Amino acid sequence: MPENFRLDKGGLVNRNKKISFTFNGKKYFGYEGDTLASALLANGVHLVGRSFKYHRPRGFFGAGVDEPYAIVQMNRNNEIDPNVRATEQELFEGLEAKSVNCWPNVDFDIGAINNFLNKFFPAGFYYKTFMWPKSFWYKIYEPIIRKAAGFGAASIKHDKERYEHKYEYCDLLIAGSGPSGLASAYAAAQNGARVILAEDKSRFGGSLLTSEVTIGNQSGQEWAEKIISELKSMPNVVVKNRSQVFGYYDHNMLVMSERVSDHLPKTDKYIPKQRLWYIRAKEVVISSGSIERPLVFGNNDAPGVMLSSAAKEYLKIYGVLVGKKPIIFTNNDSGYETGIEFKKNGIDPIILDTRKDASSEIIKEAKELNINIKFSYVVVAAKGYKKVNSADIARISDDKKNLSNIENIKCDCICVSGFWTPSIHLASQSGNKTKFNEEIDAFIPSQSKQKETTLGAANGVFTLEETLKTSFEKGSELSKQITNKENKVSVPTVVEKKPSSHDKFWCVPLPEGKNYKRFLDFQNDVAVSDIQLALREGYRSIEHVKRYTTLGMATDQGKTSNLNGLQLVSDVENKVVPQVGHTTFRPPYTPVSIGAIVGREVGKHSKPTRKSPMHYWHEKNNAVFVDAGVWLRPRYYKQGNENLFEASKREAKNVRQNVGVCDVTTLGKIDIKGPDAAEFLNRVYTNAWLKLPVGKARYGVMLREDGIVMDDGTTTRISENHYHMTTTTAQAANVLSHLEYYLQLVWPELNVNVVSSTEQWAGAAIAGPKSREVLQKLFPDLDVSNEGLPFMGYMEGNLFGVNAKIFRISFSGELAYEVNVESDNGNYMWEKILEIGKEFNIQPYGTEALSTLRIEMGHVAGSELDGRTIPYDNSLEGLVSKKKDFIGKRSLSKSAYVEIDRQKIVGVVPLDKKTSIPEGSYIVKDAKAKLPNPKLGHVSASCWSVEYDNPFSLAIIKDGKNMIGQKLFAMSPLKNKTIPVEIVSSHYVDPKGERVRS
Amino acid sequence: MLYIKCPHCGLRPQTEFSYGGDATVKRPELNKEISDQDWDNFVYLRKSPRGKHLELWQHISGCRQWIKVERDTLTHEIFTTYKASENI
Repeated sequence: MPENFRLDKGGLVNRNKKISFTFNGKKYFGYEGDTLASALLANGVHLVGRSFKYHRPRGFFGAGVDEPYAIVQMNRNNEIDPNVRATEQELFEGLEAKSVNCWPNVDFDIGAINNFLNKFFPAGFYYKTFMWPKSFWYKIYEPIIRKAAGFGAASIKHDKERYEHKYEYCDLLIAGSGPSGLASAYAAAQNGARVILAEDKSRFGGSLLTSEVTIGNQSGQEWAEKIISELKSMPNVVVKNRSQVFGYYDHNMLVMSERVSDHLPKTDKYIPKQRLWYIRAKEVVISSGSIERPLVFGNNDAPGVMLSSAAKEYLKIYGVLVGKKPIIFTNNDSGYETGIEFKKNGIDPIILDTRKDASSEIIKEAKELNINIKFSYVVVAAKGYKKVNSADIARISDDKKNLSNIENIKCDCICVSGFWTPSIHLASQSGNKTKFNEEIDAFIPSQSKQKETTLGAANGVFTLEETLKTSFEKGSELSKQITNKENKVSVPTVVEKKPSSHDKFWCVPLPEGKNYKRFLDFQNDVAVSDIQLALREGYRSIEHVKRYTTLGMATDQGKTSNLNGLQLVSDVENKVVPQVGHTTFRPPYTPVSIGAIVGREVGKHSKPTRKSPMHYWHEKNNAVFVDAGVWLRPRYYKQGNENLFEASKREAKNVRQNVGVCDVTTLGKIDIKGPDAAEFLNRVYTNAWLKLPVGKARYGVMLREDGIVMDDGTTTRISENHYHMTTTTAQAANVLSHLEYYLQLVWPELNVNVVSSTEQWAGAAIAGPKSREVLQKLFPDLDVSNEGLPFMGYMEGNLFGVNAKIFRISFSGELAYEVNVESDNGNYMWEKILEIGKEFNIQPYGTEALSTLRIEMGHVAGSELDGRTIPYDNSLEGLVSKKKDFIGKRSLSKSAYVEIDRQKIVGVVPLDKKTSIPEGSYIVKDAKAKLPNPKLGHVSASCWSVEYDNPFSLAIIKDGKNMIGQKLFAMSPLKNKTIPVEIVSSHYVDPKGERVRS
Repeated sequence: MLYIKCPHCGLRPQTEFSYGGDATVKRPELNKEISDQDWDNFVYLRKSPRGKHLELWQHISGCRQWIKVERDTLTHEIFTTYKASENI
């Protein structure tokens, strides 16, 4: 397709580098430096999408972040990228984009039927229509609406792109590189402040790139370039383009999203696609400029109607004409600037000015250029469906109520200017109490809550001279407070054309007999009539009107619509805008991709993975791993074609018959020292600790203050004032915090120190009837007989040259020992144990076998100590001292905790001795009872008993104490199973605990 | 994200801390009779003030000290921070 809207020269694009791209499958060309929007416009493409509700054809309205229409879906790097604003997407070779919200295609969209039915789609339509019958919502209404609505489709694949987070601190963060941003950054940098200057576009300079001004003896653009290159050379300044400061949070924390690779055909390896910056700034300068306000008239959403500032930007930056027969419709001087730019490039515009008369240097220049200017004229309605082809224009009366002399004139675009709206989003997010400025009909920042200063157009200052002066001053002043240095910078002289004042008129009345849609919110299809309806229906608060009509709720967050919406509400209500107030500005200012928010915390990076020193041995020996808290633990060691069930059964059986070894490095370990350590443990644990002799271990249970079991484990007295505590793998961090809480805040008089030593020790549990023989061979010099090292005994030894701690403790219920060595020696110990144990048929066992062993022994673990049970429920009441006080004791006398039929742990065996009971099953009396079937309790853990070769489960059930011998049912609605069971003791194997003492 | 001044380490981002609730609650003394009502108040009942609130935070990824932070629950303004040992 020939490029017929690009000027022969002009603009900042690189005409030496042609770039090809496709839009909706069709191939086009643009230049390096184009955006997708400018390149499409250069090719005469105006139809880019369909509107949200009515599926009306939509084109380009802006040239930047404010764009409500041109949202496309991109296919980049074989990844789907939805919700991309074509006005911000830079062109690259091979770019592929397509329209959204249309089917089968943007030219012929079936959904557009909504447009012709629009009488039936007023504000609140969904709330009013799809309420009855209620059951229809999920099955019928919602899926259909969902199919028809929404911009673009998110990928359902894992996003392969890389996103990063960065944390930064600075003295001044400056958001926006227009004149106020550049001047304040420059002044602050001269004072030695650490400055970050952020610009959301690829080019620095903001309005300086498109305005006809002189600074010193340079054009605005040249001056911007000079300042930027100076700033870039300074070591205390970070200058970032393609970076949007989108959120202002507490304590001067701002978040910025940097589009690192979005403008490139693909992301280089190790380079992120986007980077999120968390910036803590001592001072913030908001120099985010302003956005042009639309004028409201009939069919003002037709492709070809756009902001006059956008038309000027396409001309001056991209050398692209948005039309060859433009109408400029304005209520202020900005429209004239665009008109003059057209005229200079050989295009004859017509300027319709809503004002009765006005005079200024700019208007004078337009007149001298013989531009056709019509005062007291308005556009009544745009004509043309997929593209503007003419406009009905009319003379408007002085009171702006009556139209006359309506005529139709040909045109191919309508550039509108309804004056300017300062971008106060960041200031408002920071907690700034904004105020309404009558002069500019807009809100500007007022009283700061945090350390922020708004400058330039964002502060409602629209003259360059004043902007530069105050920005240099402010930059200098703010930085001086931080650095205590002052290097005066002189403010350059500025030549600019002074504008005349604007007209407050913004909404063209409907001509008699016409019912044109006049849009306020272009992305969400909210028209003047919708707001009027909402007000008639009784909505008053602007927050309610917003939610009922969806005004300002689209992805552009009403950047071009909010203020006109407020104007309308205040007009109808006979109020002034400040009485109506504005809705709350919330981050993000522009949409942020989920990937950027998540950053590197995806998949395995979402939490740290800890591996024991024996991990690589496990890997080499076919371990299948399982996540245990932050650790990876072997679940079982696969031999041949074994599955989980077969392998764990073999491993558990071998422990019961011979000897097994299990990596228990992951257990939490806390080193406790101090003269008051015994007293402290006595307060932390439910049982007595004062008389534990040196060289002995004891099992203990600790509670929360509410009486619920927090954790259990063994603690060993290493020496007089030194204890070694173990916790469960999952609770290790919480227990340490818990201990620190009591030592630092509750009983600071206790002289005790605690520190985590989990990672300092590698541990191996050697369990089984032959474990003593293995231990004896490991420590030939030690007396490890039942007398020398009795149950719950402790000794230290030398394991082939490395120091070891030996605990005679058991989780499996067998004769067992735990050997700890310093982590670095973990693998050495592990291999020695296996080597020595070979003649006793030692086998490593994983967590699955470990569970089996503890379940059939009735030892409780995390599935029973689940944050809902007290000691009694776990049959641990024997460990609760009646004599002393401890954390949580007082709660145990609560009436609910001493009820006669209080829940208690029991064993459960299926009557057929074959059917495994799913964990989480309910225990019920009568399987056929009417729903809801009263449940007695639930199955907490299940295993295949290797001792009896049948399924066995633990359950915590009501009145468990008196349930032994009862025939009940285990029901799992999830697995659709009902299993007749018998309740037995939770100690299924070795109920007297003889083995551990043997 | 809050910026909390640890009295031991200085200004640190909120991510280094974990929240510990109302700092004015005092645990009843050990081995002392206490009514059900008073015990329940201690275990469960907390005020949810709008405005100044003295609360506990632990500098969990730093010095591991529990500290007291005077914070405005409405504005998130932090006024003063204290060591665990400091009585206010």
